[in-house]
Amino acid sequence: MRKRFDIRVQPGFAMIAMFCFFLLYVPIFTLVVYAFNSGISIARWEGFSFRWFVAAWNNNLVIEAAIRSVQIAAIAAIIATAVATLAAIATTRTAGYRGLTFKYSFINMPLMVPEIVTAVALLILFSRIKVWTGYSGLGYLILAHTAFCIPFAYLPIRARLENMDLALERAAADLYATPFKVFRYITLPLLWPGILAGLMLAFVISLDDIVITEFVKSAGQETLPTYMLGQLRRAITPEMNAISTVFLLLSLAIVTIFFFLSRSNEKSD
Amino acid sequence: MRKQQELAIEVRGVGRVYGDGAGQVTALSNIFLNIRQNEFFTLLGPSGCGKTTLLRLIAGFDFPTDGEILLYGEDIAPLPPFKRPVNTVFQNYALFPHMTVAQNIGFGLEMLGKPKHEIAARVEEMLALVHMEAMRNRKVMQISGGQQQRVALARALAPKPKVLLLDEPLSALDYKLRKEMQVELKRVQAETGITFIFVTHDQEEALAMSDRIAVMSHGEVRQVGAPWEIYDRPAERFVADFIGETNFLAADVISIDGPRTRVRLFNGTLLDATYPVDLMPEGKVTIVIRPEHAQLDTPSSTAMLNGQIEDLTYLGTDTHIRVRLPDTSLFTIRQQNNRVGPIGFSAGDPVSLNISEGAAQILKD
Repeated sequence: MRKRFDIRVQPGFAMIAMFCFFLLYVPIFTLVVYAFNSGISIARWEGFSFRWFVAAWNNNLVIEAAIRSVQIAAIAAIIATAVATLAAIATTRTAGYRGLTFKYSFINMPLMVPEIVTAVALLILFSRIKVWTGYSGLGYLILAHTAFCIPFAYLPIRARLENMDLALERAAADLYATPFKVFRYITLPLLWPGILAGLMLAFVISLDDIVITEFVKSAGQETLPTYMLGQLRRAITPEMNAISTVFLLLSLAIVTIFFFLSRSNEKSD
Repeated sequence: MRKQQELAIEVRGVGRVYGDGAGQVTALSNIFLNIRQNEFFTLLGPSGCGKTTLLRLIAGFDFPTDGEILLYGEDIAPLPPFKRPVNTVFQNYALFPHMTVAQNIGFGLEMLGKPKHEIAARVEEMLALVHMEAMRNRKVMQISGGQQQRVALARALAPKPKVLLLDEPLSALDYKLRKEMQVELKRVQAETGITFIFVTHDQEEALAMSDRIAVMSHGEVRQVGAPWEIYDRPAERFVADFIGETNFLAADVISIDGPRTRVRLFNGTLLDATYPVDLMPEGKVTIVIRPEHAQLDTPSSTAMLNGQIEDLTYLGTDTHIRVRLPDTSLFTIRQQNNRVGPIGFSAGDPVSLNISEGAAQILKD
């Protein structure tokens, strides 16, 4: 038998792979380690301590920014997912027609447009609206985050729908289910993992955003990322590491929850 | 005879055209069919002949561009699927993966808003009908293909549809299971007394199961009849060719005598042939003879045809012999191996052929 070409047995493969993982994870690992430094330096180890976690916990600015971030991310993710679900159903549950591809790209456009362009555009638009209405609350940030979260929520939902056999919905209709009941008892339960994936992806993306937030936020509307960016201009203490570490754990937790949710669902279908 | 004359489905001049302008495709044109109550009716044809389209029109997944479809006299063609008392067994079953076997079977009744105890009783009845009582709480992905087939059948029968539609339901099963399910489907149909409309491209399956068959090609119904009529009295070349093996011979019409016509073969032999009711045979015609309706013999001057054996294929139950006729055409004979041992002929042997009385049929084209 001829030996198949296998990249894993090429010389240097293991070395390159190790190097890539090294580059990816060593900085994060270092960041996490120094979050527990008892000294004031982020480069010189002085002993193990939780003092920077305590400091962050007692820092009102951090807590406020964190709460604001979660608020914005939660509301934006929910709205974006709802919109994305409807969009995904509308673009997959019809016979193909001219202009459908155009719609796909239109929905996904925010992924292609440079974030800075969207940020500047929103800054200009919102500053006009602020002048007209006098309102300068969190609504602008939520709206902006909703907008760029929609394509992220849309992709997994559409993928799930495209893998779902249309015959299932047809069978339900054949068994006397009205279009609403078909959606309620067949489409929605089967789509649930996709919706959850979209929701979590949108949440994480919103939580993480800095460019658009920095441009759109009004005074006193720091989110966690913009607060941290602001702090970097001054002296950096391991407090930043501590905040980042919590951030990292939160993201990992969300991904893990999603992993188990989607796996338990796959088992059942 | 069973009470069979009332019509369950009447298809009147139904057509389905897709697209418009130059890209127009005609999937069905001017279909007329009467399907009787209690009948096991089969739509048979090669893929792309329109049989599935017709089934979808009856189910309501698609709507005709012409004509009407009557269910016990009422036009259902404009109704959405959930308003038609007709259920479907899908080709890939389309069982709901997030529900158990019992939930799948009860779904239709639940959508109809039947009381809980009534649903439970009917589900049990259906589980018993398809011998799936032990599987009621399994998820549908945890059961085998044959079992899924039974669940799909039970699910479609549970709401007591006036007509059951079956879209190539056996095509995903292996040969043995398919044979088993053929018997099973016939039994269920007899027990429930529901009219079955069955779609298949498998002519053997159609012959084995149907009360009547409609043979379709290119969006048209070619012939409707009982299995023996379709097989022994094909009306045209397509039907004769599609169902089983067959021999075509050129002949000249000599005289017509009631339902029989006297024809002359190329070698002068005279033969009686039947013909389709809507045909007035004259001049040059084509006749068909099934391979099992001719017998092989040693050469003789009184035989209908003489020729030479081209090749033989031994198939266990029978042997196929191809005979080269003097006009250079090949004539296939199927001879049952009713004696043990070799059949006594070999390739190159001169032989004679005799055609069974009443076996020849004149084709329309």
